Amino acid sequence: MNNFRVTDRWLAPALGVAAAGSGLILLLVLAFLLREAAPLWGSHAVLGFVLDASWYPLEGQFGMLPMVAASLAAALGALLLAAPLGIISAIFLNFLAPPAVARSYRMMVALLAGIPSVVFGLWGLTVLVPLIARWQPPGASLLAAMMILALMILPTVTLTSASAIAAVPQNLQQGAAALGLTRQGMILRVVLPAARGGITNGILLSGARALGETMAVLMVAGNVVQYPLGLLQPVRVLTANIALEMAYATDAHRAALFASGLLLTLVVMLLAWLAIRANRQVSYV
Amino acid sequence: MRALLPIIRIASASVLLLFWQMSHAATDRLVITGSSTIAPLAAEMAKRFEQQNPGVRVDVQSGGSSRGIADARSGLADIGMASRGLKDSEKDLTPHTIAMDGVGIILHKTNAISVLSDEHIKAIYRGQIKNWKEVGGQDLAITVVNKAEGRSTLELFLHYTGLKNSEIKAQMVIGDNQQGIKSVAANPGAIGYVSIGTAEYEENHGTAIKLISLHGVAATVANVKNGAFPLSRPLNLVTKGAPVGLAKRFVDFALSKAVDDLVEAQFFVPLTH
Amino acid sequence: MSERVFTSAIWLGAGVVTAFFLWLLGDLVWQGAAHLSVSFLLSDTLDSGRSGGIAAILLSTLLILAVALLAAIPLGLMSAVWLTEYTRRDNAWGDAVRMSLDVLAGVPSIVFGLFGNAFFSVYLGLGFSIVSGGLTLACMILPIFIRTSEAGLSAVSDDWRRNAAALGMSRASVLWHVLLPTAAPAIAAGLMLGVGRATAETAALIFTSGYVDRMPTSLLDSGRALAVHIYDLSMNVTGGDQAAYASALVLIILIVFINTGAWALSERWLARKVTFS
Repeated sequence: MNNFRVTDRWLAPALGVAAAGSGLILLLVLAFLLREAAPLWGSHAVLGFVLDASWYPLEGQFGMLPMVAASLAAALGALLLAAPLGIISAIFLNFLAPPAVARSYRMMVALLAGIPSVVFGLWGLTVLVPLIARWQPPGASLLAAMMILALMILPTVTLTSASAIAAVPQNLQQGAAALGLTRQGMILRVVLPAARGGITNGILLSGARALGETMAVLMVAGNVVQYPLGLLQPVRVLTANIALEMAYATDAHRAALFASGLLLTLVVMLLAWLAIRANRQVSYV
Repeated sequence: MRALLPIIRIASASVLLLFWQMSHAATDRLVITGSSTIAPLAAEMAKRFEQQNPGVRVDVQSGGSSRGIADARSGLADIGMASRGLKDSEKDLTPHTIAMDGVGIILHKTNAISVLSDEHIKAIYRGQIKNWKEVGGQDLAITVVNKAEGRSTLELFLHYTGLKNSEIKAQMVIGDNQQGIKSVAANPGAIGYVSIGTAEYEENHGTAIKLISLHGVAATVANVKNGAFPLSRPLNLVTKGAPVGLAKRFVDFALSKAVDDLVEAQFFVPLTH
Repeated sequence: MSERVFTSAIWLGAGVVTAFFLWLLGDLVWQGAAHLSVSFLLSDTLDSGRSGGIAAILLSTLLILAVALLAAIPLGLMSAVWLTEYTRRDNAWGDAVRMSLDVLAGVPSIVFGLFGNAFFSVYLGLGFSIVSGGLTLACMILPIFIRTSEAGLSAVSDDWRRNAAALGMSRASVLWHVLLPTAAPAIAAGLMLGVGRATAETAALIFTSGYVDRMPTSLLDSGRALAVHIYDLSMNVTGGDQAAYASALVLIILIVFINTGAWALSERWLARKVTFS
């Protein structure tokens, strides 16, 4: 009896410390961003983030809004493309695919997750962009960014949704069968709603990933600082901006880039908070 | 739990072994950081230097010109790499030019135009000329490819054309040379500017781009070398003050004739010694 | 919607995904397969990577991955267990940790690289090293790994926990013998996603594990990861395209191996510990 009381006693705090550690990482990252952006606090440059017409750092203009809009548009578009495909893939994996096919499909999706963003970017630049360019130059555009991002976040949506669907208790599905629901009815009306939490989490994580993706978008989006007014117009997202200019930026320019990283993190924080609020609903189970 | 014990033992043993390796501090080590343009060249030079000087380690890291300058200044690196000349605010550092890099204008291979006047180039980049037929080419919309702010190639281009970056109306903004080349190759109506050496190589290997002459001078590496071509930038190793010891030996090595073939292998222009 | 339309729609969706994947893979194979060979895997890098092989780079990549997994798996599993077993649904701390992980997933990779450089390389004094790179990657893997494992653990029916308590098992014992094995498939899925993210990462590693393509002799040496090498060859070095595509193919094969291993391990663990009624 004494044996496992000891183990259990240190188990809880040990786990708590681990979890706290994981949570602490974000605080460290935020502290870092704040420190690097510090030269700008208190100066009028901060107002410039919102008020300046566009981003010409070497001429003192730090207008970030077009890029924020572009980041949000690209991530949203990617989610609109990837979420349905991802959920469909998850349904495919769990219900419709024969076991051997399911194994290979899962392997293929997991593989997609591991392809470097530079490879996606290269493929986008050499294959996708010329295709779009034939329709309307320059080809490097918001649409290209959305498509590449969708491909990149698809594995996350698929695998998390598949796990969530697999976790739905068997008795729910058996109940549905007993009630005479078609398979389509069971999947759409019973399983998906029950797996809602896991699927939403997967989508949120993927959205965050899409917002944070740098390399691939840098290569296919065109990188012109302007509001995303057209799908086929080139845009620059915040992350690509940081990657493009960090290597050559000094002083105020550099601090502004870190400030834009901070801004992006705040946007993600807002989205995450909204998602947690939305997720508070009690599920059917 | 019991099954884990042997695994834990082996894992900790290997981790300890690997960490123990670290206690051998390299007797002579040089750290070079900075421009990603120069990094491949510096890495090859470092390799050859290590071969000729056993026991020495030269670590080359990337990170950008501004990092190279900051690290050289703060001492985090022994030598910095900067793919541009030093600014006035950087006069506390000493540059050593190891190569030159010409900047030439490229068009898509299928573009009928083979020569553009300076005035036309300015107008195209300002967005005043929007179609190739306005300068005697095909009826094709012009896709202007510009470089991201802060890059020395952009500053060179702006200096040569007299434009300000806010005047330029680009359809694509790129970072590295290769991205520029691939972007122009992807778009029949594109115009951009990249390193001449790289463009020459790509042209000779079938990539769908071509170099055009500037101000009547053909854009070739030879013309950069003899000074005839107007647009070129220095590739610099920077040190804080005069280099000493191992850093001096490396800088001398990098400036010598012994590495000319390495410079040319990266399609830069070696200095005349 | 009729059943047949539904089924066709699902198969069509899966088909679209497969088509894109094959398109991408086909392009890689077409461009890079010619450059692949056994010597490519075993020899050292020459001429900035345009000739020679990627032996040192493969080793560096595996070491970085090993460090990242060694750091992320225990920390991640423990955090996931804490989130599932030791917090109630509306617990503020639990929500705080969950939210911070979700936000962490959205931090741009280049910011992670600069953070990793400032924290691990400079502040902790690890310099440009495999350890720095691995630890930075661990930070990036944690969000997806923890969230997926957490989902898997929450899915285990409470009945099992109550049965175990009725049998007088300690919480640690329940965890090890019942809960974790049952959640193994979800944990493996999280692991595969994490490994994918780790191997695909470029920007973060340029600033932490660095650019040196020498064979590493210690974990504190700088080492170039495969993704960094691919980036350098395709974006920085003139004429490196073929080698870049070949390296990408090697990376893909590596991921297949790791993922197959992870999946097989989880199935074994699951099958040995838990049999379903």
